[in-house]
Amino acid sequence: MQLVSTAIKIAVQLSWMITLVILLAACSKGPWNDPYSASEADKNVLYSSFSERPKHLDPARSYSASEYRFIAQIYEPPLQYHFLKRPYELIPLAATKVPQPRFLDVAGKLLPVDVDLKKVAFSEYEIRIQPGIRYQPHPAFARDARERYLYHKLTIEHIELVNTLADFPETTTREATAEDYVYQIKRLADAHLHSPLRGMLGGYIVGFDDYSKRLEGLREQLKKQSDEPQSFLDLRDYAIEGVEVLDRYRYRIRVKGKYPQLVYWLAMPFFAPMPWEADLFYSQPGMKKRNITLNWYPVGTGPFMLTENNPNLRMTLSRNPNFHGEIYPVEGTEEDHSNGLLNDAGKPLPFIQKAVYNLEKESIPIWNKFLQGFYDAAGISSDSFDQAIQFGNQGEAALTDEMKGQGIKLMTAVETSSFYMGFNMRDPVVGGLDERGRLLRRAISIAVDYEEYISIFNNGRGVPSQGPIPPGIFGVKEGELGINRYIYNAVKGKQKRKSIDEARELLAQAGYPGGQDKKTGETLVLYYESADSGPDGKARLNWMLKQFKKLGIQLVIRATDYNRFQEKMLKGTGQIFSMGWNADYPDPENFLFLLYGPNSKAVNGGENAANYSNPEFDRLFDKMKNMDNGSERQVVIDQIVELVRKDAPWAFGFHPKTFALYHSWYHNVKPNLMANNTLKYKRLDPQLRKQKRFEWNPPVVWPVILLLGLLVVSAIPAIIMHRQRERRAAK
Amino acid sequence: MIAYIIRRALYGIPILIGVNVITFVLFFVVNSPEDMARMHLGMKRVTPEAIQKWKQEHNYDKPLLYNESATGFDRVLNTIFFEKSVKLFQFEFGSSDSGRDIGYDISQRMWPSLAIALPTLIVGLAINITFALLIAFFRATYIDYWSVVLCVVMMSVSAMFYIIGGQYFISKLLHLVPISGYDTGIGAIKFLILPVIIGVIGGVGSGTRWYRTLFLEEINKDYVRTARSKGLSENRVLFRHVLKNAMIPILTGIVVILPLLFMGSLITENFFGIPGLGSYTIEAISRQDFAIVRSMVFLGSVLYILGLILTDISYTLVDPRVRLS
Repeated sequence: MQLVSTAIKIAVQLSWMITLVILLAACSKGPWNDPYSASEADKNVLYSSFSERPKHLDPARSYSASEYRFIAQIYEPPLQYHFLKRPYELIPLAATKVPQPRFLDVAGKLLPVDVDLKKVAFSEYEIRIQPGIRYQPHPAFARDARERYLYHKLTIEHIELVNTLADFPETTTREATAEDYVYQIKRLADAHLHSPLRGMLGGYIVGFDDYSKRLEGLREQLKKQSDEPQSFLDLRDYAIEGVEVLDRYRYRIRVKGKYPQLVYWLAMPFFAPMPWEADLFYSQPGMKKRNITLNWYPVGTGPFMLTENNPNLRMTLSRNPNFHGEIYPVEGTEEDHSNGLLNDAGKPLPFIQKAVYNLEKESIPIWNKFLQGFYDAAGISSDSFDQAIQFGNQGEAALTDEMKGQGIKLMTAVETSSFYMGFNMRDPVVGGLDERGRLLRRAISIAVDYEEYISIFNNGRGVPSQGPIPPGIFGVKEGELGINRYIYNAVKGKQKRKSIDEARELLAQAGYPGGQDKKTGETLVLYYESADSGPDGKARLNWMLKQFKKLGIQLVIRATDYNRFQEKMLKGTGQIFSMGWNADYPDPENFLFLLYGPNSKAVNGGENAANYSNPEFDRLFDKMKNMDNGSERQVVIDQIVELVRKDAPWAFGFHPKTFALYHSWYHNVKPNLMANNTLKYKRLDPQLRKQKRFEWNPPVVWPVILLLGLLVVSAIPAIIMHRQRERRAAK
Repeated sequence: MIAYIIRRALYGIPILIGVNVITFVLFFVVNSPEDMARMHLGMKRVTPEAIQKWKQEHNYDKPLLYNESATGFDRVLNTIFFEKSVKLFQFEFGSSDSGRDIGYDISQRMWPSLAIALPTLIVGLAINITFALLIAFFRATYIDYWSVVLCVVMMSVSAMFYIIGGQYFISKLLHLVPISGYDTGIGAIKFLILPVIIGVIGGVGSGTRWYRTLFLEEINKDYVRTARSKGLSENRVLFRHVLKNAMIPILTGIVVILPLLFMGSLITENFFGIPGLGSYTIEAISRQDFAIVRSMVFLGSVLYILGLILTDISYTLVDPRVRLS
């Protein structure tokens, strides 16, 4: 009996343990499955998730959405985008106004605003920042009674005792000045920081490249003196020709020629202020070994500061007690009025106290936690799409009844991104600016049915591209005027992809009737470079094969990893490939430069992966990029777009559409694809959230009790058999 | 025994060198230093100069294994392999390619891995041995037959199914515990319940079947027949004799994995959002961070060698006939 009684003992102990856990859970104030502390249930805290840990939080290096999500709430550049107004409008953030350029000739003489572009040698932007902007509390600013910095001369022994920034007990602040903004621009030139803007800014800001080289020399000297690569180089001691501090609150940037896009960069964290004290603090020997770096612990002036930085688990943004203050926008569109987006007009920002971002690598937990009310908003993965979205008769997306029943709301927006299939213009078969190449590319562009692609692989979340520029950006024409007539026909004002017969006709004109080379009689074989290793990768590649097969072309898939793919692009050895680009700023230049000849990837390592080089395009682009938005610029853009449609270096793919869901307690939600600092506008109703969480998450215990009961009952025949065996006489 | 342990530890050195070379070669067959630089510098606006600069700063601008331009020992010493690998033998993991101290990260991330792995191992072991003994007790009956069928079914089911099914049933439908997440200190318990339950259930099929086989093998031995002929009850036979003698293969299986418990589980940690070492390694592979990959492979190898030595020592504890010499 000992064996069975042991088993029963284990079962009983297990039951006790489960009962204990159930009782403990029952005593808690919140739902049992609440992943957060019960004491925070009714607090003004936003809960969200992130799937990719940020690589860099240094504003000189950060350049991806996963990083901007955090640092855009912390760092304040001079400008920002209006939260509600469309088209996107730049407004001051740290600056007092949006700077207007002054044009100068070679001699430095001031020129009139409407001067001929050729006469402009330099443009000057004078930026005046608001007084009273203060940094978040930080140990780098802490001083003793004799005004000496407490933590600027730390010993290795002291640093050895430190694990996080919170281990420095003393913190204080200081006012951000023009010098801090200039200091940050100087940091962008420092090669050892690897700012992605260093190469680009060198072409515009006067003296930037020379400064960069000078810093490299100084770093070399410093390296010889110290083994620590992070040794502090006080950039205040080294002036940069094109960037000048005018007084405590004013600084000036001088760029070569005209560069109207500079103001857009001024709305990105690259141009946020950086206090020299922080740079020195983090550069002390030993800090890097403790993972205490500027790349990990930001120092900003924005509405939030990073109070918990554990990207393996959780990132927490808390209100910056020194935030200078800002108010919710008072202007917006009619739609904003009707959607209640102006209900908070004029109220002080930010609304929420804290934002907690949890690391979630899988989409299923995110989705379920959102449905349980533990996340305030969520995207929709392919797995959950049918549960969340249904399409009406007109193809319009709407929430399912289940979602509506939970009071969930849907927000959609066409992203300012372009996904395209590129042709390597240096390739002898698909490339070239001759008529044969054009016709071949256009035929393929018709055959590759991106409407079908969006439907199959994106759950309908996308808009077929009519050109390189995505909707919402100046230069794009809406409706019938915007249709790419080389690929589509206009039917009742809407685009309809040309028939496959028309594509075949073009192919025949190109010299490949029925997909066969007229000269050799052999089937045309093309090569598609792919690094698509996602779960749908195989299906996507099969789909692509089918598109080419419609024309009788044999497509060979050259599947590879991303590294080899990049290598092929750099060498210009690929033939056909797919790529995408997300807007840095809402200007057509940011997309058309992807086709600018001097930006050829194979020649100059630029972003023109198709290696398209058309002198006419380049001439028009040079003209367009320096123009102000207006009818004149529109004319030039129209010419450029027509040229690109005709040459077809890209088969224009699609612009993705984001679908986001949010709960009824989450307010002030409007897609703003340019602004990243929108957390400050978000408002919550924590009481409603708490009530809904209780309502949606009642613990269901009976199946557990039933399961245990079944286990006990199923043990009875075993016990009986055991007894019989024990009593049985030996045979 | 000390001499034996020292000898075994020394045997480990060539193994570790071999593992290092293989890891190095495999990694750099797939990723070149240029690829690594591109991955770390981002996808947009990366210039060839920036790539070169990154390589220089991270000492990836040298030849991989053999430096033809150098002379003497420098042909081997002045290479990426030597510079990156030798310090591992002093347990100096250095900085990751993104600049973080690897030793510090490992020390932080091993505890969550252990917090799941240890209870899963202990509870799983208790349940598996109990079930296996019960099945062995009812050997050649319908209970035995159907239990084995159930074990085979359970071990045939993918771990992903247990995880997704467990999350769906226990967290989504019953609302009993959080579906994913982690916290430090006592707050971690509520997040550990589900992964531990799923880990135990997921291992019951294979564990029970394996231990049943061990027990049945012992049951048919002469000493068991002798014990029975002495008139001992079946319970005493199983618990006092069979279990004790079956401990050698059980220990072999357990002790060897004990050090590896620190290394964590990739799938479980990913699905439950647990910041352990399993997810650390896979993140490093996807980010092409060779510094972390080589450190984790090295650590895994060291722990495995340690596990094997511990297994040998444990033999002497459970079987007095075994002598290490």
